[in-house]
Amino acid sequence: MTVAADVRTEIELPDRSETANWWSRVRQFVRRNPLGAAGAIVIIVMFIMAALADFIAPYNPVANAFDRLHQPPSLENWFGTDQFGRDVFSRIVYGARTALLVGFVSSFIGASIGLVLGVGSAYFGGRTDLIFQRILDVFMAFPLIIMALAVISIFGTGAQNVIIAITIPFIPRCARVVRSSALAIREMPYIDAARANGFSHSRIILRHMVPNVMAPFLIMITAFVGQAILLEASLSYLGLGVQEPTPAWGLMLQGGAEEYAESAPWIAIFPGIAISLAVFGFSLFGDAVRDELDPKLRSQ
Amino acid sequence: MTAAYVTEPGAAPARAAVRSEDGTSPRERDTERRTVTAPDLITVHDLKMHFPVTEGALVPRVVAHVKAVDGISFTIRKGETLGLVGESGCGKTTTGRCILRLELATAGEILFDGNNLIELDRKSMNALRQKIQVIFQDPYSSLNPRMKIGEIIAEPMQVHRTEPDRAARAARVTELLRLCGLDPKFADRYPHEMSGGQRQRVGIARALSVRPEFIICDEAISALDVSIQAQIINLLEDLRDEFNLTYLFIAHDLSVVRHLCHRVAVMYLGKIVELAECDELYNNPMHPYTQALLAAVPVPDPEVERRRAHQIVKGEVPSPMNPPSGCVFHPRCRLAVEDCARAVPEFRELRLGHWVACSVI
Repeated sequence: MTVAADVRTEIELPDRSETANWWSRVRQFVRRNPLGAAGAIVIIVMFIMAALADFIAPYNPVANAFDRLHQPPSLENWFGTDQFGRDVFSRIVYGARTALLVGFVSSFIGASIGLVLGVGSAYFGGRTDLIFQRILDVFMAFPLIIMALAVISIFGTGAQNVIIAITIPFIPRCARVVRSSALAIREMPYIDAARANGFSHSRIILRHMVPNVMAPFLIMITAFVGQAILLEASLSYLGLGVQEPTPAWGLMLQGGAEEYAESAPWIAIFPGIAISLAVFGFSLFGDAVRDELDPKLRSQ
Repeated sequence: MTAAYVTEPGAAPARAAVRSEDGTSPRERDTERRTVTAPDLITVHDLKMHFPVTEGALVPRVVAHVKAVDGISFTIRKGETLGLVGESGCGKTTTGRCILRLELATAGEILFDGNNLIELDRKSMNALRQKIQVIFQDPYSSLNPRMKIGEIIAEPMQVHRTEPDRAARAARVTELLRLCGLDPKFADRYPHEMSGGQRQRVGIARALSVRPEFIICDEAISALDVSIQAQIINLLEDLRDEFNLTYLFIAHDLSVVRHLCHRVAVMYLGKIVELAECDELYNNPMHPYTQALLAAVPVPDPEVERRRAHQIVKGEVPSPMNPPSGCVFHPRCRLAVEDCARAVPEFRELRLGHWVACSVI
């Protein structure tokens, strides 16, 4: 090497020390965002209920007991029993599984497809982008529930089809939000550097652009989960979602609300509370995640 | 005033054109050595980049063109550094982007190793991209914040398959980081953990990773602190000598260009107005715009600075959407005569290797 030593200033680097303490970050999050923390607690309780349903639920959620119909809340049946004698508390615990499964799977798949489509649309730009956005406009013109109903009427009912029905209306919503972030990323010099190096379109989109729009993507996912749970409950309530005897909150409302509203209100009240709490919890947590990930909105 | 139109406009001077003055600086010795055998590496001929301005959302209609680059020609020999200077918006960066084919030029040709970069299909162009690399101006946005330094440097090698296996790439990353004056431990870090100067070294390491022949330095030092600038300039100089690199050095800092470049082209509103050997241009600027540009460089002596005659160009730079007729500089030129508004000045070789686009001088 013919290079003078003073030009190449070697910069000595200390080894990385693990300063970011996980626990202190959690405490900081709770202090900065108490509402988000409350939402997180609701979500954690839901996860525990779903994971340990076999141990928490005192009764089999699908076993009928015709000797104990319409029992009011008591020590044996905490939330009472329904018109088939099934334990409402057990059904709510197992219902958390359905809610979380549908909520997470549909929002994750919907947001991921939207992510790739949105980034791709922004990356290719021009006419591709224009046509693609108009197609998304058509999808966006339908309200969530109408779109989901249309999909259900094509594919039929059942848990799997409910997931598809909820996934599809999420795709354009996520694609739209992600595209706007991706448009800014596209103009960054590191994307120019990738293009100047002849990287393939898929490499630029997946390795260089997608990781840089993760913040809006995560915000969309957390916001979608609550909506998906509500949508699943609505579809089930309309009899178009999960079918009996699967324990699902919307389904429990349907069975209980109409006929027994006066004589046995607990059949509808408790699943209603569960739905509200879950949606509330995910919205609060979603807002908190947005505040954490978006430095512009972060208030110190 | 001889218009010896014997070679391609903006061509590098032949062997005889090298000044026989007291060649004491290393650059001049280098110039001599370079021009003996060095063939042309890249030839830009009548390059035009006109961006359409559209109106109407649904059915776009082209209402005008921004003539960012409007017919420029130059040649860079292998191992040579050509400086491209001019004020903001004159088309220097667009020229670089056309060579990299980040923009598809409207007209003209860019010959690199006998290939016209404008007409190549995507596949052949991508194969050539290994030989043409770029260093960007802003070290903060030219590195992907989500990738580790090692990944950033290794990725071009992976794509161009210069180092097919992972271990070889890792070894090369270490070598490149050392070469650019960084601790190899940086390979595991993210860009946000580094300073501007360190990041720019990473940008240089990335450009070098696939052993290019030609590097476009697009304002590669203007975003850095003055003290860091000196380090990066020296690094670029050493790398040039070590690997026989050819640079297109785009800048607006005239003193840096003088230090680093062999020849300098001055651009104004999408056109090259003057092109000459570095010392020739600085000692004997012929075009009134170049003269004004050089006169604007402050003298580091307050007494001299206060007393010397300042030559101020009047008015603003006209819009490249609607450039002046004839010579684009004529509305602001102190030498302008009536004819300047009509005739586009010929790019003439007034001395050997000294090209000027002015019909008055």
